Amino acid sequence: MVQTENERRQSSLWFRFHIDLPLLLGILTLMLISITVIYSAGGQNVDMVIRQVMRLGIGLGVMLVVAQISPFFYQKWAPHLFVVGIGFLVAVLLVGDMGKGAQRWLNLGVVKFQPSEIMKLSLPMMMAWFLSNYTLPPSFKNTIVGFTIIVIPTLLIAKQPDLGTSLLIASSGFFVMFLAGLRFRILIGLFAGAAAFLPILWFYLMHDYQKQRVLTFLNPESDPLGAGYHIIQSKIAIGSGGLEGKGWLQGTQSQLEFLPERHTDFIFSVLSEEFGFIGVLVLLAVYAFVIVRGLIIAVRAQEAFTKLLAGSLILTFFVYLFVNIGMVSGLLPVVGVPLPLVSYGGTSIVTLMASFGILMAIATNKRLLAS
Amino acid sequence: MRRKSYHIQDHSAEANLFTRRAIISFIAAAGLILVLVVNMFHLQINSYQSYQTRSNDNRIKLQPIAPNRGVIKDLNGKVLASNEPSFSLEIIPEQVNNMDETLAALQQIIEISEEHITVFKRAIKYRRRFKSMPLKIRLTEQEVAKFSVNQHRFQGVSIEARLTRHYPFEKYFTHAVGYVGKINKRDLERLEENEQIQNYTATRSIGKLGIEKYYESQLHGITGSENVEVNHRSRVLRQLDVIPPKPGADLHLSIDANMQKKAHDVLDGNRGAIIAMDPRDGAILTFYSNPSYDPNLFVTGISQTNYSKLLNSKDKPMLNRVSQGQYPPASTIKMQLGLLGLDKGLVTTNSTVWDPGYWKIPNIEVQRRFRDWKPGGHGHVDLLTSIKQSCDIYYYDLAYRLGIDSISEFGKKFGFGNFTGVDLYEESRAIMPSRQWKRDRFRQPWYKGDTISIGIGQGYWTATPIQLAMATSVLVNKGRVVEPKIVTGISQNGVYSETATKYREPVTIKNQRHWDAILKAMYETVNAIDGTARTAFAGAVYSSAGKTGTAQLFSLADDEEYEEESVAERFRDNAMYVGYAPFENPTIVIVVAVENAGGGGSNAAPIAREMLDLYFGLGLSGRRHITQQNDAIGVPSGTN
Repeated sequence: MVQTENERRQSSLWFRFHIDLPLLLGILTLMLISITVIYSAGGQNVDMVIRQVMRLGIGLGVMLVVAQISPFFYQKWAPHLFVVGIGFLVAVLLVGDMGKGAQRWLNLGVVKFQPSEIMKLSLPMMMAWFLSNYTLPPSFKNTIVGFTIIVIPTLLIAKQPDLGTSLLIASSGFFVMFLAGLRFRILIGLFAGAAAFLPILWFYLMHDYQKQRVLTFLNPESDPLGAGYHIIQSKIAIGSGGLEGKGWLQGTQSQLEFLPERHTDFIFSVLSEEFGFIGVLVLLAVYAFVIVRGLIIAVRAQEAFTKLLAGSLILTFFVYLFVNIGMVSGLLPVVGVPLPLVSYGGTSIVTLMASFGILMAIATNKRLLAS
Repeated sequence: MRRKSYHIQDHSAEANLFTRRAIISFIAAAGLILVLVVNMFHLQINSYQSYQTRSNDNRIKLQPIAPNRGVIKDLNGKVLASNEPSFSLEIIPEQVNNMDETLAALQQIIEISEEHITVFKRAIKYRRRFKSMPLKIRLTEQEVAKFSVNQHRFQGVSIEARLTRHYPFEKYFTHAVGYVGKINKRDLERLEENEQIQNYTATRSIGKLGIEKYYESQLHGITGSENVEVNHRSRVLRQLDVIPPKPGADLHLSIDANMQKKAHDVLDGNRGAIIAMDPRDGAILTFYSNPSYDPNLFVTGISQTNYSKLLNSKDKPMLNRVSQGQYPPASTIKMQLGLLGLDKGLVTTNSTVWDPGYWKIPNIEVQRRFRDWKPGGHGHVDLLTSIKQSCDIYYYDLAYRLGIDSISEFGKKFGFGNFTGVDLYEESRAIMPSRQWKRDRFRQPWYKGDTISIGIGQGYWTATPIQLAMATSVLVNKGRVVEPKIVTGISQNGVYSETATKYREPVTIKNQRHWDAILKAMYETVNAIDGTARTAFAGAVYSSAGKTGTAQLFSLADDEEYEEESVAERFRDNAMYVGYAPFENPTIVIVVAVENAGGGGSNAAPIAREMLDLYFGLGLSGRRHITQQNDAIGVPSGTN
């Protein structure tokens, strides 16, 4: 008897260790790109490359561990985790450490961490749990409750203030609603509401430096040596890369340090300068591959909870890269979102890799239904 | 369990709904990625040229390279003005956040006096933007090391290796060679006017005085340029290409450094000037004004204290006494008057004047007595005696008979009352008085009495030592008028060329033998037993001729005796001497002026003697070979 595709996959070694091979390959490719560009952007600083490799290694470890956990564990504990996450966010506002003018870090004595990172995973879980408890598409009442669940952590994080992360978290919750079948009527109403909310955001919620960023985004050339410097230098780096780029380690904008935040938020500009339009297409192709793979996993998942969770996680991943690339190429204001898996740095890699771990767990944990 | 069963029932509908939504999401994401791609295409393909240019503008800076300034050398090739490599601590004020804090922090590391800081703060006001300004120059190696360790703390502060102008002979050549100083606002305006500003983009110093100023355009050279790659802090990383600068021309003087030092030594303690010049081509052999000062002080900006010390000194060291010192020429111009008298037929070589010790204007009721320097007078005086003994009565009489118009006209031909044309901007015309001059100056007519003291080179008549050297050369050259010049050779790109000798309209007289009569009288002054310069030149191994002069600065009443001791030092007589040697085929004309020293015969002539002794002792007499210039410019030689 011929094995079905499912059976063949499920019997493979990868499957047994809860690894989705295409997704893993996509992630490893991105990591390879990351190391290559960071070596150049960091001025051939080997220590920096080693630190990034270690971080990516830890990320891979986290991913593998998380992949072993059954998604139903999250389903069971989602509300509890959400409540704990909210608790942390309140705590960080009360006793958090300051960093760059914002309270983001919570010091637990042993570890310092950003509670907003937990919320990146916890909110979509909570939403998926809540909506999958009822029939889909969600009723009007459940829609209201759903938005309330989204708004609470969003406002708490915006208050830190960390506008970039709060928007990313809000969108992760929104994606669950959307994938669950949020009616288009409500969607349109929502956009109208958001438009109405903008003035409130501008006048009451945004800090001066955030307003400045938006103004600079609207007209970067107005202040070429001041606030507009970042974006102008970034566009020069990208534009001067041309079709084929200036070559690895040859980007004058990055090597001569005209480009700020080269190895973190603006790493895409370094890649564009040194590898040109072709390099950009390759990177975007890898990202597209990862996203498509994530969506396939979501579609193939057999439970509403896992579908919603997987879909939301991969779409949030897309938002990350879209916001980052949009920002460094002048389409969006500078909000301080790293390029996922490529930028040099910290907790966000661990969180991202944990979310890929959850995706892999969903891909490889099947409650076989009777056919 | 109503909810659960309902859930299971609708499972496949939910899955379809989710799949639709996933597909919509995919399409939206693909659309947004396409937006990114289109934007990247726009930046990297469509606008590539523009961003490429801007990227290069960021990293490539065109930097001017200053040319090496030409050096200045003396007769023997000794360097009088050189370029010394030195390290200087420089600041670009635009890159410094808090200047006071930075300066205070620098003072912790390197010894910088308040004086330096004051000078620096003043200097940065007059400067091109984003141009670095030296705070302290000539750093020691230790200071360089100390700063280098701390460099990271000082944004906009750096140590630069530069060539700095240096004058190894310090005060000896100041008034001739001059000095360079920092380019200031006024210099910039002048450069702008002359359309030279582009050539000075990398230059920090400019000639401010003397030869350095007069020959600025030759000394400076042509600025080169280089394209360099810089980082975001404008630090130069490497050179991409270069157009080398063309160094300035080297200047050669005929001044001998030993003579110059000697001039300083013999004038030490006095105010005065010595100039020696080759009568054949006007080449200046000695050019010294005392007191002098160290020009190196000005190269990097003189401190206020030092500057006011120079400015307020009553000895006026900054005055160039050689070309700006206006002295009554006194008896040193008697030869020219005697010559004019001969030419006009008012005297002959044999005619005499009776000198009882005073002279009165004939046919005038109110009589003022003009006195001879010698109480009791010289008795019967002819032209030769009038020069060798410097008789005043002879020239009161002669001047009275010549009248101011012809004296003035004749004097101007010898160069009095006008610039000599020497290659310096620091020159005074002095005064060759005339009726017109007096009307312009005092709104008064010329009185006959005014002419009398003109006869002995006093009254309104003043002359600079360089004018006297030129006028004496005219006698030596028998009418040929040669303009003095300090720079006698210029070498550009290794090619040496002599500077042109400039002639003026010659002085012509009817009888050429009259020149010889005058020159013989000058010879007698030095060599006759009763010559006024006899004592000073006794025993000289060379033949020379000359004329002493004693200029009264203090008017005595008719019956008053001049007593040196009782007259305040500043009102004592100026001692003057003009002379030349050897008597046959002269190669040097010398002029000595010593302020408030007393009589010329005893105070100026001995100085001239010392200078000439050295000149011949060093063998300088045969050193310069003058290729004879076009004779047509000289004196027509057939009328005698």
